[in-house]
Amino acid sequence: MRKIATGNKAIAEAVKQALPAVVAAYPITPQTEIVETIADYVTSGQMKSRYIPVESEHSAMAACIGAGITGVRTFTATSAHGLLYMHEMTNWAAGARLPVVMANVNRSLGPGWNIWAEHTDSMQERDTGWLQVYVSTVQEAYDTTLMAFRIAEHNDVLLPVMVNLDGFSLSHIMQPLDTVEPGDFIPPLHLPHAIDTNNPAGYGGLTGPDQHFRFRWEIERSMRDSVKVIAATEMDFADRFGRSYGPTEEYRCEDANIILIAMGTLGKEAEVAIDILRKEGIKAGSMRLRWFRPFPKLNLAGKEVVVIDRDYSFGFGGILAHEIMAQNRGEVYSVIAGLGGQEVTYDDLAEFVRQRRMGKEFWFGVTGHV
Amino acid sequence: MFEIRIHSRGGQGGVTAARLLATAALHDGKYATACPFYGAERRGAPVVSFVRIDDHPIRVYSQIRNPDLVVVLDASVMETVDVLNGLKKGGRVLINSAHNQEFTGFATFNVDLTGIALKESLVVAGSPILNTPVLGALAKMGIISAESVNEVIRGMFADERNVKAADAAYKEMSI
Repeated sequence: MRKIATGNKAIAEAVKQALPAVVAAYPITPQTEIVETIADYVTSGQMKSRYIPVESEHSAMAACIGAGITGVRTFTATSAHGLLYMHEMTNWAAGARLPVVMANVNRSLGPGWNIWAEHTDSMQERDTGWLQVYVSTVQEAYDTTLMAFRIAEHNDVLLPVMVNLDGFSLSHIMQPLDTVEPGDFIPPLHLPHAIDTNNPAGYGGLTGPDQHFRFRWEIERSMRDSVKVIAATEMDFADRFGRSYGPTEEYRCEDANIILIAMGTLGKEAEVAIDILRKEGIKAGSMRLRWFRPFPKLNLAGKEVVVIDRDYSFGFGGILAHEIMAQNRGEVYSVIAGLGGQEVTYDDLAEFVRQRRMGKEFWFGVTGHV
Repeated sequence: MFEIRIHSRGGQGGVTAARLLATAALHDGKYATACPFYGAERRGAPVVSFVRIDDHPIRVYSQIRNPDLVVVLDASVMETVDVLNGLKKGGRVLINSAHNQEFTGFATFNVDLTGIALKESLVVAGSPILNTPVLGALAKMGIISAESVNEVIRGMFADERNVKAADAAYKEMSI
């Protein structure tokens, strides 16, 4: 059924259909509409889930962990400061191998106080053991949330998944949305290490120096195995519902010698910039990175690469640019743009490509090349 | 791609107008996006929202700089806001006004949305509802179809006076 919905509403709709047993959340702009909508579904009886309105994001994730260890499906949503407040617990969810699904509405970190889009919040969760995916349309937000449950809960994965969408520029934008009947697309969850609630018992979680590294490796092995689970899930989604996704979305890359890489809504608007550049005879293509963890293998050999970072690691550089440089052992043109919702148009994106200087960094609106 | 900028004041329903307009375009078989611009605005302050309509999926998220059409739901915002800013050469202006206003160089469409809302007693918390009658005016201009307007309004509001107000705007506005 086709309707008009915001990115937030699309996520709530997918969660309603995935039907987690427990949703625990604390509101924060620009995410609030997700959990408000879910709370409405629960109180009106449209969604037979337990909704726990907790007193903080730390507690939201703790509640998802507590419920999750009994072997039931869980969901939460947050943004920016809320995400960082649950940081201890995000590590715990991954370490305890609980397939929590979370929507994170990407927002800048204060101060200065700012509620608009930036990716630095989720980048600070990079090493927690969560899978991370970044979406670019209302439809993709919905589709990816449905897929996130199946991927997280697959017994070759059993790791939490974070679905990231840009604050306001996707969370609050209204676009067409086709909903589906998921049917058995998301199979029931069978958590092999679920505790028996009929026979309560306490377990010590201590892993000694002779064991701990094995558990860490198990996380990494599952992260590696998740690559084929993601691919199989995306393929089955395409077979059933007709919409295809992958680790990246490539646009006019086949014959391109310049690749423009971005994530989220900027990665979608980049396609318009590519059309402008092609008319000028510049052979550029756009590669929108969807999955950030596990980080996909990108084939960029022999290409000039322009990377847009809507984030920054102070004292180092654009985070995405450096991940790509590390993986491909080559220089890129690193553009820092869109921080705190900074307006970046397709004309600006085209200009970044025209002015590219490999090995240089450029802060849009602030400096020359550094 | 057809780009529309809607000027109103916070609380007047400009965001809902954008949503209704995008939904009507979708009913017409087109692609549409509606983006309210969220700044530090509060109730009563001038606000803008954007609607894009196209035959193809829309890939643009940045703000509209050169609209084809500007809709002014509250003419008083013109005291502080240049509503014509960036409007394309020969573009159109739809203004909620009881008397005829002209904007040199642009095709101007006047319609008394406030008067229509008051006549239908479409008033919430002391403010006339403008976002359903404006759809009738937009249909008259050929932006969306009158059938879609009725369908979308009925789908979202139980009160039939909303449909009557849109119909009145369609009939009253001269083009």
